[in-house]
Amino acid sequence: MSSLRITGGTIYDPANGIDGDVGDIWIVDGRIVEAPAEPDASADRTLDATGLVVMPGGIDMHCHIAGPKVNTARKMIPEEKRTAEPVRRTRLTRSGSGGSVPSTFATGYLYAGLGYTTAFDAAVPPLAARHAHEELEDTPIIDKGFYVMMGNNHYVMKQLAAGEPGRLKAYIAWLLQSTKGYAAKLVNPGGVEVWKSGGGNVHGIDETVDHFNVTPRQIIQGVASTVQELGLPHPVHIHCNNLGLPGNHATTMDTMKSLEGYRGHLTHIQFHSYDGDPDDQSTFGSRVPELSEYVNSHENLTVDVGQVMFANTTSMTGDGPLGYYLHQVTGRKWFSGDTEMEAGCGIVPIVYKQKSLVHALQWAIGLEWYLMVDDPWRIAMSTDHPNGGSFQAYPEIISLLMDRERRLEVLAGAPAAVSDRCTLKDLDREYSLNEIAIITRAAPARMLGLAHKGHLGPGADGDVTLYSPDDDIQRMFELPRYVVSRGEVIVDDAQIMRDTRGRTLYVEPEYDPDAVDDIQAWFEKTYSIQFRNYPVGDHYLQDPLVVPTS
Amino acid sequence: MSTTEAATETAPGLRVVQDATCTFCGCVCDDMELTVEGDRITKAKNACVLGKAWFFNHHVEDRPEALIDGQPAGYEQAMDRAAEILLSARFPLTYGLSDTTTEAQRVALAITDWIGGIVDTTTSVCHGPSGIAFQGVGEVTCSLGEVKNRADYVIFWGGNPAESHPRHFTKYSLMPKGEFVPNGRKDRTAVLIDVRKTKSAKAADHFLQVKPRRDFELAWALRALARGVELDPSIEETTGISLETLEEIMDGMKKAKFGVILFGMGLTMTRGKHLNSEAVLALARDMNEHTRWSAKPMRGHGNVTGADNVVSWSTGYPFGVHLGSGFPRFNPGEFTASDVLARGEADAALIIASDPMSNFSQPARDHLEGIPSVVLDPKLSDTARTASVAFTTSTYGINTGGTVYRMDDVPIPLRPAFDSPYKSDLEILRGIESRIRQRQLAESLPDPAASGA
Repeated sequence: MSSLRITGGTIYDPANGIDGDVGDIWIVDGRIVEAPAEPDASADRTLDATGLVVMPGGIDMHCHIAGPKVNTARKMIPEEKRTAEPVRRTRLTRSGSGGSVPSTFATGYLYAGLGYTTAFDAAVPPLAARHAHEELEDTPIIDKGFYVMMGNNHYVMKQLAAGEPGRLKAYIAWLLQSTKGYAAKLVNPGGVEVWKSGGGNVHGIDETVDHFNVTPRQIIQGVASTVQELGLPHPVHIHCNNLGLPGNHATTMDTMKSLEGYRGHLTHIQFHSYDGDPDDQSTFGSRVPELSEYVNSHENLTVDVGQVMFANTTSMTGDGPLGYYLHQVTGRKWFSGDTEMEAGCGIVPIVYKQKSLVHALQWAIGLEWYLMVDDPWRIAMSTDHPNGGSFQAYPEIISLLMDRERRLEVLAGAPAAVSDRCTLKDLDREYSLNEIAIITRAAPARMLGLAHKGHLGPGADGDVTLYSPDDDIQRMFELPRYVVSRGEVIVDDAQIMRDTRGRTLYVEPEYDPDAVDDIQAWFEKTYSIQFRNYPVGDHYLQDPLVVPTS
Repeated sequence: MSTTEAATETAPGLRVVQDATCTFCGCVCDDMELTVEGDRITKAKNACVLGKAWFFNHHVEDRPEALIDGQPAGYEQAMDRAAEILLSARFPLTYGLSDTTTEAQRVALAITDWIGGIVDTTTSVCHGPSGIAFQGVGEVTCSLGEVKNRADYVIFWGGNPAESHPRHFTKYSLMPKGEFVPNGRKDRTAVLIDVRKTKSAKAADHFLQVKPRRDFELAWALRALARGVELDPSIEETTGISLETLEEIMDGMKKAKFGVILFGMGLTMTRGKHLNSEAVLALARDMNEHTRWSAKPMRGHGNVTGADNVVSWSTGYPFGVHLGSGFPRFNPGEFTASDVLARGEADAALIIASDPMSNFSQPARDHLEGIPSVVLDPKLSDTARTASVAFTTSTYGINTGGTVYRMDDVPIPLRPAFDSPYKSDLEILRGIESRIRQRQLAESLPDPAASGA
């Protein structure tokens, strides 16, 4: 039994209603416990947190850190890696490369260094689940998992078209078990299949996908309701159709309305909130006010932002036609990868520039979302790493949210037209530390249905981040004083003290075993690997944790 | 769902393993049905001629666990010596990796990182140019099941799959009936581009005999036609193929619904190298302005694609990675194994499942022979013969489980047929890593007295 006591810190634990109270935290065998009744109780180790800000470990609910698309991006951008700050080998830790797509070991250390202890890759094609798990095993310290792409899956579309909800339910459960995935992900539902079968895309949620005779609306509603029936901890996770296109707000609104009666999470909502004419970039603008108003008045919905930051980065997506679009817009090198029966992929390096009207608007639109969603429990921080920017930009985003002056300074350096096309300059709201703790910890944990994360109450994982208060908010969040993972001090003053493995989180929803025959028959006719070689074996997961369904 | 489920005991001493995986070539066919009698595979249903040779010729040889300077030794002693060699090196090289599991590759990466060496794989001597081309222009590609289900126009370029990847035609690219090509071969047009008429030509509808060393010009001509640029008929003198034929091919390519170019080392290892790959990748990319096209290198070794993936996720770069400065640096030509050896730079080598002594340049072989080396191989290869420490290993896919990545990056599990008395690459590498780490951690422990703690 090992124990850790963190004394005298100023605690922000919004899930337990603690907003800046001074107190102690006790961790025994990796989990937070009630403080012992005996006044003279002692722990194996005590951290004096006097004057420090104490929060649960950070949770990134939407990033791209493992699997084929991430690894392909790494291979593709030596020119960026050459100039990025590398992660040096130490006595205890492996080396790695940095930049917008860090290597696996570097990813784990960099997240831990920011006080993040949990992250979910948001888009894994099932056929590559084994690959994603192998990479996650080589991603140290953080707990992790991934979402399984199924919005262009042939079996899903066929069951929807045939009106077979029972088969759909069994398949989704079987697929999550087979891949050891955490949640159901839709990426441009239907649109990727259109792209794969001859080029093109769908342009709204009521267009029919050729050959399969389903609409994006049917896919969205069918998967949303099935996920709910299965009692998965996280609702359907949706990357809407028409990402990035001027005028796409209408599709986003249609998608939100189609979720009436279901829970749903809309991801990187920033990329889906644009005004304008799809064929004319110069008409670009924000439609956050009406979209955020809809979210504010519909409690079935949650969002993460996908904030754009001004930097070199790499766009990587399961949205194949989007990759082609970005290649055409930027003229940069392009990777596209189609996965049989399941998914697509697009990768393009991209530079977001403050002087670009469109890029500066994207930046402003992201901030509008943070500032216009009234209830911080329904919005999570994300850059859609690395699509809008690196997860390493989170401290900078926090400082923008907590400091209106800083936002206006950046805005002043952007094209003047930005302020005419969005409401950012008029938004006075400044986040409190408590609200920051919500959107970076407590809210993502709640959205993910992780009862043991995102808070500091008894039973929670012993994941704690301690910051030294600083007038420079960005520096405060960039350099936590201590980071504790499962009750062990992992980071002390920017040094990694231990190289731990972290856990893999996944779900095991039940399914009717009789339904497997039909899945197998379809699989054997269509796939290029054997049915028996598809499911990911237990040994691919170093330290797995099954999160219960309800 | 476990790997054991697929094996059934049919009679005493007789087992049948279903859905086993052949690791002989990059096709990584995972539909083998192996009949195993004792420590021999006697039947390999579904295997091609190469696969059958792979499975049937594998028998456990009676060799020592290891050789140290040519003398028989046990594993423990050999691992001690291997760790010593690698720890005392100032510029160690790790090479090979394409014929072992990703699990073993990951440990090899760890060792190389801990000792600050160079890691390179056989990619640098096969499709390395394609990797470099990829960094230049990207790649539009797909899994082999997409080819099976959709491809109605297939171009094989600089390769002879009929002999190098015998099941590629039947399992993935030409014959199978697919979701969008229900009539299989009848729904597809096949083109072979090569400098000579190989056995694969018989399988193709069109054979284009390109002049040797003119692949780049041919790809560029097709790119021009794709863009609607008019070409001079002298293109025939340059490439060996008439303008009329090229126009006919381009017309077919544009009319296809889903085309794919599968290219081999005949493209990547001839004049132009990565420029050739780049031209073909760019051609496939450009074709997406008209319809859907993909391109894919036909990888050779069973898990060379896994090696690319493991080196990439561990370091950020695909091959030829230098870890000696405490972080990864990439420079093909500088940090690739054949170059490092030929320049006489490495002072120790860890060679895993590869035989550079049989295929590197003479200067590289001369240098490798003269430096201490640790070699892991199931066979007594030329490289193992010259090793300071040569480990006898079990064979991946036949004796040991693990993961391999097919040429299209699809990861596939292995179902071993029978046990070997020898340790796997993974076990040996782990033994070496733990010895290295014990020494490193013991030596670098701060002195408590000195720090005043």
